[in-house]
Amino acid sequence: MPLLEVDDVVVRFGGVTAVDHASFAAEAGRITGLIGPNGAGKTTCFNVITGLQRPQHGAVRFADRRITRLPVHRRARRGMGRTFQRLEAFGSLTVRDNVRVAQDIHRGPAGLLRPAGADVDALLDRVGILAYADERADSIPTGTARLLELARCLAGDPKLLLLDEPSSGLDESETAAFGALLAELAAEGRGIVMVEHDMALVMTVCDDIHVLDFGRVIASGPPALIRTDPEVQRAYLGYADDDVTQEIDLEQVAP
Amino acid sequence: MSTLLSFTILGLFTGAAYAIAASGLVLTYTTTRVFNIAHGAFGMVMAFTFWDLSQRQGMPTWLSLVLVLGVIAPATGWFVQRFVTRGLGEGPVSVSLVVTVGLFVGLIGLAQYIWPPEPRTLPPFLPDRGVEIGGTYVTAHQLITILLSAVVAAALYLLLNRTRIGTAMRASVDNPVLLRLFGGNPDRVASLAWAIGVSLAALAGILLTPVIGLSYYDLTLLVINAYAAAMLGRLKSLPLTFVGAMGLGILQSFAVAYLPTDGNLAGLRAVVPALFLFAVIVVMPQAQLRIGQVKGIVSAPVPSLVRSGVGGAALLVLVALLAVGMSNANLLLVGTAATYAMVMLSLVLLTGYGGHVSLAQFTFAGVGALAYAKLDEPNLYGLLLAALIAGLVGALVAIPVLRLTGLYLALSTLAFGVLMDKLVFQADFAFGFNGTLPAERLSVLGHRFDSLGGYVLVMAAFFVLMAVGLLVLRRGVLGRVLIAMRDSPAACGTLGLDMRWFRVALFGLSAGMAGLAGALFAGLRGTIGAADFQLFNSLPLLLLAVVCGVTSVTGAAMGGIGLMLLPVLQSYRPELAGVVFAVLGFGAVALGRDPNGLANQLFRLGHLLDRRFGDRVRSAVPLLPLPADRVAVDEDSEVPLTEVGAHAAARG
Repeated sequence: MPLLEVDDVVVRFGGVTAVDHASFAAEAGRITGLIGPNGAGKTTCFNVITGLQRPQHGAVRFADRRITRLPVHRRARRGMGRTFQRLEAFGSLTVRDNVRVAQDIHRGPAGLLRPAGADVDALLDRVGILAYADERADSIPTGTARLLELARCLAGDPKLLLLDEPSSGLDESETAAFGALLAELAAEGRGIVMVEHDMALVMTVCDDIHVLDFGRVIASGPPALIRTDPEVQRAYLGYADDDVTQEIDLEQVAP
Repeated sequence: MSTLLSFTILGLFTGAAYAIAASGLVLTYTTTRVFNIAHGAFGMVMAFTFWDLSQRQGMPTWLSLVLVLGVIAPATGWFVQRFVTRGLGEGPVSVSLVVTVGLFVGLIGLAQYIWPPEPRTLPPFLPDRGVEIGGTYVTAHQLITILLSAVVAAALYLLLNRTRIGTAMRASVDNPVLLRLFGGNPDRVASLAWAIGVSLAALAGILLTPVIGLSYYDLTLLVINAYAAAMLGRLKSLPLTFVGAMGLGILQSFAVAYLPTDGNLAGLRAVVPALFLFAVIVVMPQAQLRIGQVKGIVSAPVPSLVRSGVGGAALLVLVALLAVGMSNANLLLVGTAATYAMVMLSLVLLTGYGGHVSLAQFTFAGVGALAYAKLDEPNLYGLLLAALIAGLVGALVAIPVLRLTGLYLALSTLAFGVLMDKLVFQADFAFGFNGTLPAERLSVLGHRFDSLGGYVLVMAAFFVLMAVGLLVLRRGVLGRVLIAMRDSPAACGTLGLDMRWFRVALFGLSAGMAGLAGALFAGLRGTIGAADFQLFNSLPLLLLAVVCGVTSVTGAAMGGIGLMLLPVLQSYRPELAGVVFAVLGFGAVALGRDPNGLANQLFRLGHLLDRRFGDRVRSAVPLLPLPADRVAVDEDSEVPLTEVGAHAAARG
């Protein structure tokens, strides 16, 4: 039984169908990539999974439970954490306080009286932004803020991490370190679903990939298979042929 | 049968006028995401302008109408969108509400200044004409109004569905960025929407004036009826808005016809629109959390506990000195300022920390005062119970709208304020119609503060206690969570926070603080009545709180003094009465985008002086722990203030 199952989900905005009968799954302990051209419905899928968007049709199952109708916060309490494409850091708090708030929320009313522990700094260190701990979250670079959102999620010790374009704003060496961190997090048994435009990163760290185009899942499988899938080629490049150079082309598709 | 018919026609007439006003409101809101609280105020000013042209200057009616509806109103709308409300739609709803409340108050002030109070009448259109329908005489004015509402509906339909700019308008509702990418111009669309919107407000105002008279407040507050109608269409659907307006008009007319004219239910007739608004808000579907909002609120720095203690002590010493030397009349003013400052503290919690807006904070103070007077327990127990009751009432207002956010919560406080004003406060079990209640001075632990000076000192002590308590809360876990909720509700939700009960608790706590202030005020004055807590006074309160700085305790203190000074200023120079409000309103329009307000400028000045002269002063007087200007200002920064300024500048 997969950790997360998205089953036949449909989301329409007026006349536009953003997600069109999409079904995919993500396993615990594995990194699942969700890729596709701009406007393919990736972020909308995340919104459906986390409860920010109610689907017109379909179901979401998480840890063997149907959660389609649960409110946002109850899904989070079941062990779901997410980051945002357009940043949602708490701008007027410091980086450290951002993570502290997440911890406060995770502990609930019982934790209100306990002071937040030193583990906050350990988390910041883990994602590599301890140096920014005392800066206000609206004054740090974008890449750092994305890592902050990740640290904030981790404060709740989630079973499933949904990362929306986590590597944009990171330089090459930071991206490499980030990839290693993801592998570590997955090795701890967490499921990770990642929307990402950096194909090199996706192809190296992901175990499974689902490709969305116009709201439909057009391909699913391990990176090696996705790389050569003619449907995917067509979605990304507008054409497909059997030329082997396609492999290289696909890796060069940048956001 | 003919009464039914005549009241139905009367209802259709008012409904038609509401429909015209409400469709303007919907148009501006959908295209720019700015809910124009001042919509009715624009209608009021335009009705006065029409009176000025057609009656005072004697222009022909048709020419005045063309000038107002075709030139002055659209130009005003265009100007306001261009220079006042532009870009507000993407920001926090608290900012756009404050700015339009600023317009609301400023326009009333302006109208009072240009057209000082005196009896004015505006004749209806074609005053001598009319037709008999089924034994009921229908005036030409009524017919014209109903006809015009149909014309407006048809014209809006054609504009939105059959023209390019109309298509662009509908597109900008969904996504202004995308519209720009496809070569549209969201700014032009927004200006046009506001031009039409103000024009429709003007038309509604002009049509209603012969019936309800040329009054600054009645015409302005008529918008509540328009809000109620627009809310039925969820601020989106024009057809539903028309249905809502007509339904409300008829309902109101029937209430006048069939509800009793005396007894406790008499007040019901006046609050039909507020009840309607409340009912519609309650049945609204769950609001979805918005992501990708522009975040703009930068909090003022939080001082250390020691520093707030020093500031509080300094304030108490100052008030004690005043208590010795001042006349009773002036002491009463100090006590009033303390009351206002405490009510503003409740806004620091709600708006400054929480990001929510209450348009009826004085009403909660009134609940506290009423409870204190009724309990007749002039001691700490009675005081706290009064605050608790006000807090419960505040929570009750928030519970029905649990699922909703921002704008709807603010509008429900407005509806609540109208209900309390017209129905509850004036009822026999409360203050009574134009009545007052006696309230005794507070005694603390058996000691009764009979002297005015002593009582004012107690009030100042309560202000300091509340302020320090608020700062402790802000520094702790709850304060952090509050700020997080304000900065990003979506992130809080996905981190597992159930924000609904937090919001109720926040509203309750804030209302409780206002209630405590009201109870103390009752003791100060000795007698209190409904007139002390009118809904309309809550708006200047909100504005002054924001202008002075709604994110800091210092701002609340400054705001309290400022609000106390307003009527004093007016009594010195009565001819400036309108100007004072105009300055306040338009000041809020100018400063509303920076909720840190003037208090923040004071902090910056303090830092500047400290950097310049601090060392010299300290070396001259070695015992001085802090420069004097920093003691008075009880806050200090964790964040370099230049940075706060930079953020404010970046947003401005």
